[in-house]
Amino acid sequence: MTLKGRDLISIRDLSREEIEEVLRSAKRMIPYAEGTKLGDQLGGKLVTLAFFEPSTRTRLSFETAIQRLGGRCVTIADPSASSMRKGETLHDTIRMLSSYGDAIVLRHPNEGSGRLAAQASDKPVINAGDGAGQHPTQTLLDLATMQEAFGTLSGLKVVLLGDLKYGRTVHSLAYALAVFGAELVLSAPPGLGLPEEVRSQLDQMGAKISEEDQIHRVVRDADILYVTRIQKERFVDLAEYEKVAGSYRIDSALLKSAKQRLIVMHPLPRTGEIAPEVDATAHAAYFRQAFLGVPVRMALLSLILTGKAG
Amino acid sequence: MRELKITPIKNGTVIDHIGNGMALEVLKIIGVSELDKDSTVSVALHVRSQKIGWKDIVKVENMELSPRKVNAIALIAPTATIAIIRDFKVREKRAVDLPDRITGVVRCPNPNCITNQHEPVESEFDVARRRPVVLRCVYCERLVDEFLTRLA
Repeated sequence: MTLKGRDLISIRDLSREEIEEVLRSAKRMIPYAEGTKLGDQLGGKLVTLAFFEPSTRTRLSFETAIQRLGGRCVTIADPSASSMRKGETLHDTIRMLSSYGDAIVLRHPNEGSGRLAAQASDKPVINAGDGAGQHPTQTLLDLATMQEAFGTLSGLKVVLLGDLKYGRTVHSLAYALAVFGAELVLSAPPGLGLPEEVRSQLDQMGAKISEEDQIHRVVRDADILYVTRIQKERFVDLAEYEKVAGSYRIDSALLKSAKQRLIVMHPLPRTGEIAPEVDATAHAAYFRQAFLGVPVRMALLSLILTGKAG
Repeated sequence: MRELKITPIKNGTVIDHIGNGMALEVLKIIGVSELDKDSTVSVALHVRSQKIGWKDIVKVENMELSPRKVNAIALIAPTATIAIIRDFKVREKRAVDLPDRITGVVRCPNPNCITNQHEPVESEFDVARRRPVVLRCVYCERLVDEFLTRLA
């Protein structure tokens, strides 16, 4: 089992053991991510970041991970400046980029672009989000956050809250949590539930899943509240959006009945789903979650580019 | 009125046990217009079948199906059997069977999938489930269980 030279397009590309290896390695990378230890694990390596869609967190956390470990990167951050504007196919762009650097990190608006890039490239490709499709490094950092807080992933009761239909991160996260034997509680506004196909796959995996649309009922015995953004653009009627968004708001009053150890997670950016007053409580894990993106990406890059875990 | 029977063919393919009403779709897959102009194509609709109740049958002279066409038939007519006839004898008979990966047969239903953009790539699906058939796009991972309107 080695990740050296491999692509990471979907969380399905990794076995449970490989995910555990990434998480162990990420834990060792934390001091490097904090800057308390100087790293050179990626010394001499050049990573191409090809971002054909706007992204702040993901791109900067990759750049931070690379530079803190002594590697270098070249970045396409503005798709309008790239040759794809002139009609070049993604296939050709990637083929060319793969001859420049040692690995490619790709963010692209079309689902499946990561897989296509992996075929076109003879260097490893890491998918940093393909449209509404896969975003495996987000799933890994979500798992890292849960693992850090609870020391394990199995047996956790995780409430997935909000837009479970279009939310990119939720489907792969639900899959990964099912692999680790977590219990899932789905809580979504009408019409924004988990797609039937995703649900039936989770059922096939033997995942323990229940549904509950009243948040206050699930907060009491949950270990994790994973909140996603409810996207305004999915609603025809703005009043309907306001109603739904209001009923899915996490605030201190709601958290009063929660377990002391419950953590609230969110892939960010949040747009009102979590009241700012929650930030000051011990439940708030979303900024830690965003930080853990750096050590997780350090671990991945190190394992893929050098085969070494830390 | 003179009775027309479906006569035996010397060389060609018989696709039997096609689900009731699907023969015309099978003909589309075969591509009748591509056939030798002297070939006979016989179609039997709504025929009694011990195996599946009612069935359709398609007989095509002087043609053997490509694996791609067999895969497409397997998707829309999973109960079909294919017999290869050479010199009036059945030389080979088999049920249609899907390979684990199917290339270029079905279009991905996801309009935002990279295979539906102008990229030099063929659609590709893994068989996620066999009965009933569900395919998963190798690229965008979208699941597909309706194929009739999506044949490439």
